[in-house]
Amino acid sequence: MSALTLGHFLGLGALLFCISVAGIFINRKNVIILLMAIELMLLAVNINFVAFAYFLGDVAGQVFVFFILTVAAAESAIGLAILVVLFRNRSTINVAEISDMKG
Amino acid sequence: MSIELALFWFFAAIATGAAVGVISVRNSVHAALLLVLTFFSVACVWLLAKAEFLAIALVLVYVGAVMVLFLFVVMMLDIRTDIVREGFARYLPFAILVAVAMLVEMLALIGWRRMSGVEAPAVDPAAAAGVSHTEWIGQALFTDYLLPFEIAAVILTVAIIAAIALTLRPRKAGSKAQDPGRQVLVRKEDRLRVVKMPAERVESEGGR
Repeated sequence: MSALTLGHFLGLGALLFCISVAGIFINRKNVIILLMAIELMLLAVNINFVAFAYFLGDVAGQVFVFFILTVAAAESAIGLAILVVLFRNRSTINVAEISDMKG
Repeated sequence: MSIELALFWFFAAIATGAAVGVISVRNSVHAALLLVLTFFSVACVWLLAKAEFLAIALVLVYVGAVMVLFLFVVMMLDIRTDIVREGFARYLPFAILVAVAMLVEMLALIGWRRMSGVEAPAVDPAAAAGVSHTEWIGQALFTDYLLPFEIAAVILTVAIIAAIALTLRPRKAGSKAQDPGRQVLVRKEDRLRVVKMPAERVESEGGR
């Protein structure tokens, strides 16, 4: 095991994904850290796409990373806008206090 | 150990450490900066996988734009860390348990040992086609994936409009701000009145 293999990249992707899942569990009150954890998850998935594109010699993986980056940028822009509006109206970003729509 | 493998371990270690920092530091600004470090290290890992265009795009789009947006929002909102940190220690053992279990399951599922036998292809497909890697992805993007590419552009436009529409405050009633729409709609007849009047006769011609 002296050369760079597909397993290295997939392992790194899985590790980053699990770290961000743990981040969602332990930062349940802070929406900003939750958004950062989601960005981290998308990055972990992108590592897999890039690795498969390289090791299978198929360009489709890289093209899909491009699209995922686009959607992730749109998602974070709208998410942060919602966060700003939320903070303006409620003066808090504590997830536990935001339960107006609870049935 | 090849130089690529050494670099991979180096950047992967930085990315993992920074990612752990993102989810565990107390200060949200530090978390955003550590996320920048994570993205940068992962971009370096992508360079090792010969995805130069995506690595630079990741640095430009994320480190340059998205993370600056995050920092703006973090600094704009006044967050009381003592409240948002509540429950951190309580959920920590459970989170570690879930994360480790998920990691073991994922590595078993992808077949870690088998995937570790897959090495890079001897012939680079882009080099075989006689183009650079950036040309390689560009040709695919603008031929086979042209429609998704255009849809991605539409998604970005919708995101811009949505973000502005969400955060735009309506103007207060008493403010003296200008309304560009009404300014443009103004016609000459609304402002200018031509008064017809007879020419006056000067009594003493040249008697100055």
